Amino acid sequence: MAKAMLIDTSKCTACRGCQVACKQWNDLPGEETYNQGSYQNPPELSATTWKLVTFHELEKGDQVRWLFLPMQCLHCTQASCVSVCPTGAAHRQGEFVLIDENQCIGCGYCVQACPFGVPHSIPGIGDRHKGTARKCVFCIDRVSNDLLPACAKTCPPGAYKFGEREEMIALGQARVEALRADGHPNAYLYGENELGGLHVMFVLTETASHYGLPDRPRYATANVFGQWLSGIITAGVVAALPFWLLFKRKEELAAKAERGGE
Amino acid sequence: MAGLGPTYGRGAMTNDWVDLKNSDCILAIGGNPAENHPASMAWVNKARENGAKLIVVDPRFNRTAATSNLYAPLRSGTDIVFLGGLMNYAIQNKLYNEEYVKYYTNALTLVNPDYKGPADLDGYFSGFNAEKKTYDSTTWQYQTEKQKVVGADGKEVEATVIKRAASLDEPNTIWSLLKQHYSRYTPEMVERVCGTPKDKFLEVAELFCATGAPDKSGTILYAMGQTQHTVGTQNVRAMAMLQLLLGNIGVPGGGVNALRGESNVQGSTDMALLYHDLPGYLGLPTDNHPDLATYNAKFDSTSYWVNGPRFFTTLMKAWFGNAATAENNFAYDYIPKSSGNYAWIPLFETMYAGKVKGLICMGQNPAVSGPNARLERKALANLEWLVVMDLFETETASFWRAPGVDSKNIKTEVFLLPAADALEKAGSIVTSGRRIQWRPKVAAVPGEAKEDIWILDRLVKALKALYKDSTDPKDRPVLDLVWDYGDPPNVELVACEINGYALDNVVDKDGKVLVEKGKVIPSFATIASAANPEAIACGNWIYSGYFAPADDGTGVSMPATKRRGQKDPGDLGVYPFWGWAWPANRHILYNRASARPDGTPWAENKKLIWWDAEQKKWAGYDVPDFLATKAPDAKADPVGKGLAAQAGTDPFIMKADGKGWLFAPKGLNEGPLPEHYEPLESPIANPLSKVQVNPVVKIWATDQDKDIGDKVGTFDQFPIVCTTYRLTEHWQAGAMSRNLPWLAEAQPELFVEISKELAAEKGIKNGERVAVTSARGEIKAVAVVTARWKPLTIDGQKVHQIGMPWHYGWQGLATGDVANDLTPHVGDGNTTIPEYKAFLVDIRKA
Repeated sequence: MAKAMLIDTSKCTACRGCQVACKQWNDLPGEETYNQGSYQNPPELSATTWKLVTFHELEKGDQVRWLFLPMQCLHCTQASCVSVCPTGAAHRQGEFVLIDENQCIGCGYCVQACPFGVPHSIPGIGDRHKGTARKCVFCIDRVSNDLLPACAKTCPPGAYKFGEREEMIALGQARVEALRADGHPNAYLYGENELGGLHVMFVLTETASHYGLPDRPRYATANVFGQWLSGIITAGVVAALPFWLLFKRKEELAAKAERGGE
Repeated sequence: MAGLGPTYGRGAMTNDWVDLKNSDCILAIGGNPAENHPASMAWVNKARENGAKLIVVDPRFNRTAATSNLYAPLRSGTDIVFLGGLMNYAIQNKLYNEEYVKYYTNALTLVNPDYKGPADLDGYFSGFNAEKKTYDSTTWQYQTEKQKVVGADGKEVEATVIKRAASLDEPNTIWSLLKQHYSRYTPEMVERVCGTPKDKFLEVAELFCATGAPDKSGTILYAMGQTQHTVGTQNVRAMAMLQLLLGNIGVPGGGVNALRGESNVQGSTDMALLYHDLPGYLGLPTDNHPDLATYNAKFDSTSYWVNGPRFFTTLMKAWFGNAATAENNFAYDYIPKSSGNYAWIPLFETMYAGKVKGLICMGQNPAVSGPNARLERKALANLEWLVVMDLFETETASFWRAPGVDSKNIKTEVFLLPAADALEKAGSIVTSGRRIQWRPKVAAVPGEAKEDIWILDRLVKALKALYKDSTDPKDRPVLDLVWDYGDPPNVELVACEINGYALDNVVDKDGKVLVEKGKVIPSFATIASAANPEAIACGNWIYSGYFAPADDGTGVSMPATKRRGQKDPGDLGVYPFWGWAWPANRHILYNRASARPDGTPWAENKKLIWWDAEQKKWAGYDVPDFLATKAPDAKADPVGKGLAAQAGTDPFIMKADGKGWLFAPKGLNEGPLPEHYEPLESPIANPLSKVQVNPVVKIWATDQDKDIGDKVGTFDQFPIVCTTYRLTEHWQAGAMSRNLPWLAEAQPELFVEISKELAAEKGIKNGERVAVTSARGEIKAVAVVTARWKPLTIDGQKVHQIGMPWHYGWQGLATGDVANDLTPHVGDGNTTIPEYKAFLVDIRKA
């Protein structure tokens, strides 16, 4: 039976208790930030920020909405980071997706591949990556000892639930129903089916893109055969093109010669 | 708080945090629970799961509004118009609870026919003295008549009784005065003054006033957004009155709930850390009380306050022990008599004038938190010495080297005493809901830091040593002060003294021993009933019982405040075995009103306490805030004292007539009914009357011609309304949060929130640095351009509002200019709490 976390964004007040609790439990340092015109800070997830509440303003006619998303690794069933990792450092342990620091070579493929922009390595010179990739570990040290993840434990308004994934889906669906009846027709349970099922699911009151989430997240290696095939065809076409042009010109010259010979 | 006392009798949150879950409609106005009281949202969300609605009325669309069902904007400083509009709506549409209003409020009471209100006198109430800026309240008083009655001893005596009408709409009833007064507060007037679109206002009115139904309850959550105005006390009064009209007081899920901004601010108020009070709200003697007899005479004789003199006696015994005797009026002369206003603003004005020598600042940071903070920082430089006790070196401790200050010119000697954090010391703290919880010490104090109690103990002992050889009678209070908590001081001994203990055997009138010498008293009822109350030392009568042994619901006995019993008999979130709530472990104040006049619950789903006719007592899930054996049909004794003077249908036992006061004949300086006056700095002329600003407020005018001074801005110079507030990520003046890296990264610097419309007018881009100026100063901040602020149409013209957090200063990891450099030195007409929430500014690209 797989565990999962359900985050009800309709109850989230963006207090950021989860963001701070994550840093505290995982011993992550504070980052030097400045205000860039938003409450959101640090501006994005990083090697030292594994949990980040993102803020999204939405204007609907004369109505304003301010949407909050406690973002983190969503522990996908079809995890792109795992599929692109050349060393097997990114791996699945049961329902959880983890990165083994000892095997990680800091290539940064997972950083590029994640459809949610979750894993980060400590930035190096230019675009190069320095050090190993880091991200949320689902507080596996806590969870495997029957404790709630630090973020879920601290949430004051009760937006987090943790338990069997099937139960979380049922709870999430019930909340979506209730929200749809209470003036949120776009309410949606994100993660029930996305990428084979996420282990961190969100109850959303608007469509996913308003929260900065991809509406249809894509698995980095979902179509490996197709990608290879198109690569081979492309390579073939590229290789054949000069010959084709050559033959074509030869034919044209021949045709011209024929006309000239009239 | 000063608005709740005159209305209900006690200046405290009426219900409890957990009780929010029982509500059908939650109105947050002048409070921002999601950001400033995050834990409250657990209970708000619980209520909403059961179908409750959350309404937010606020100048800006904040994080509470983000989760709400309905948001309505208003201009900062116009709450009375909005709340008056709600009262008018409830009255006009007959949505009030008529039975509740008739029995439990003073609506039927007749007022002096000479009373005139602002509708008659263009903004003033009758009795105004323009020269002194005070009111003579003679015409605000109840009508009384002499009646021949039969007293308890069977003899006929003449009694003075309050005149009441038979029906609400008779002339001179409070109901008719109230109705006439608020008939001016129409939805159109709300739109004109507050800028709230009429349809939005009506949506709020319809939703909230529906809680006037007996099987519904609505609660109002507020904080400093109501109080920090020149009409702050009357703002709170207006909310309290609305809730009386709707029958929302005393019931589960109802109430006027003051969300206290600090974990123990309720405790500090209860313990009288205010200039005008003594512990347990006894009131500091003033020049009007030259002797004990005049002081004792100030307590109502027809309410529970009849016991006030006894409570004062036990307080004096706690402080002065054997030196407080019947012969010396229990050392009454040892207590200083207040002769004026010693609130924050006058204190700093006096300091500015060079008349204050020294200041001890414990866990406060006035260099950041004071209004007109530049002036207040300059005032600090006039001190000979300054002691700061804090966890970090605050802006106050470092005011002498603030940016732009030449330290050479500052002569003040500054001492910084490192203090212990709450987790590094044991003691009790009091929540907003009056629940007192004991907390153990869980961490060692770092370095040279000391617990507050240790510092204070040393201070008092040093003072006593200094005076030990004095024979001067004026030094007796220092020498006679009982100070015996051990070395190092034992905080549990302090707790016992606050609870109250027997100095000698406490006996009743028949000589039966109630409490043995040396034992803690179980309740303030012991003080009220003892034949020898002077045998009791009690540091705060309302806390009596909090440190007395009590069952935690599982048969285990311990000091009540230490209990963590989780039984909840009615499943209403009362949790009577968890800690202890003052008074007498009553969790919902005035809960007699949770039942109908006949003693049956208003509705099955709102059942809290009810009259059990068989047992002849009040039964239920909470301790009755009422005489437990007083039947609903009990008659008032017109010559009786204390609660005997009140009937079985009088739920407000701390009020002289047992009623909730829709009209307050006393207790408020600017009138018996809340009337709208504009903030000191306002964009318009008051549309309701010719009186622009609360007529009783004092407007300071120090150095108005200088760079730093009490300058007042006008709308033509400063055409934008500004307000200040707090963020989830920071704590008050910032010392405890701006030094923590995780919080500093989340809100790293001062910002100002402005609308897209204003940004376009001023050419300001999101994230750019801007300068904000008021008549008092100029500060720099980052512009956050947002759709969450919108310009409002006020009295026909477009008015912009902006806002900023006031947490920042130059110390710590997250820094920024001091927002209070902009705020004015003017305060509320009753409490002098500064008007931090509404003032005028201008803004430009920096």
